[in-house]
Amino acid sequence: MSIFNFLRARKKAPTASMAKERLQIIVAHERGQRDEPDYLPALQKELVAVISKYVKIDQEHVQVALENQGSCSILELNITLPDR
Amino acid sequence: MSKILVVTSGKGGVGKTTTSAAIGTGLALRGHRTVIVDFDVGLRNLDLIMGCERRVVYDFVNVINGDATLNQALIKDKRLENLYILAASQTRDKDALTLEGVEKVLTELAEQFEFVICDSPAGIEKGAHLAMYLADAAIVVTNPEVSSVRDSDRMLGLLSSKSKRAEEGREPISEHLLLTRYSPERVARGEMLSVEDVEEILSIQMIGVIPESQAVLKASNQGIPVILDDESDAGQAYSDAVDRLLGKEVPHRFLDVQKKGFLQRMFGGKE
Repeated sequence: MSIFNFLRARKKAPTASMAKERLQIIVAHERGQRDEPDYLPALQKELVAVISKYVKIDQEHVQVALENQGSCSILELNITLPDR
Repeated sequence: MSKILVVTSGKGGVGKTTTSAAIGTGLALRGHRTVIVDFDVGLRNLDLIMGCERRVVYDFVNVINGDATLNQALIKDKRLENLYILAASQTRDKDALTLEGVEKVLTELAEQFEFVICDSPAGIEKGAHLAMYLADAAIVVTNPEVSSVRDSDRMLGLLSSKSKRAEEGREPISEHLLLTRYSPERVARGEMLSVEDVEEILSIQMIGVIPESQAVLKASNQGIPVILDDESDAGQAYSDAVDRLLGKEVPHRFLDVQKKGFLQRMFGGKE
């Protein structure tokens, strides 16, 4: 039993690789947000407010993204309306 | 040509002040006229690390407010001819530092000194912003640990967008990474992010790797910058980092596990 435990303990996955993986994901995500202009969250909030006047929707039903392609930027709005 | 260098990190407790003291002292040791400026208003500590806490009469905020001249506030280091310290104020007024004031004092310092080292407070608030705003180069201090690495990435983003250089469209601040509290043994066991891991995640060049060392606490206990302990691993690693900062190519040391000798293995021995 004790020898078995000893062998198992040695085989435990190294935690540094978990740290690296998690960091790579969160850093990439945050870098993406960093390049967004400051007004996007406010724009999203106001859009939700306007649409809520007519249709019942939540914050997460309105997706706002700004994409840069060469010299032009595309503002992409994705509004999911609830099922009827 | 004078150079303004900010030592920053985002996260607290990773070794910004230890690094500012070591790098500043290292530059002065090599004959460069250097001043280290403490930007941590309300939490002054550079004076303790440099061992001049009892000689602080006037501080950074006194100079900004015109209560003292710059030369009255500069504290000359007891050990080195070329080294000066400007202490932070202990005021609780968080608006004591103003952009105009900081710009005026740093411009005046840049006329007198080859290197102006700005020891940034932790966080991304006003003090940290003012410490980096006028910088030409930055040393981002990081521990091989998730929260520190993430905060460093955030800091790198701010350095590239919120500085005077960025606002004026000039050449960006040159960024360097300094990894502290590194333990090759733990890296070998897969318990700690390696130098390569951190370089890869942050995609930035390493200017130095300071091993976890008892010398750092010993030095701060005495108020002597650790770089002056030239027998210690941390002191030597800081010394290499200063050489790299000055453009020398120096290989990294202390990255591999030190093999313990027979006697050390038998009797434990000291680090």
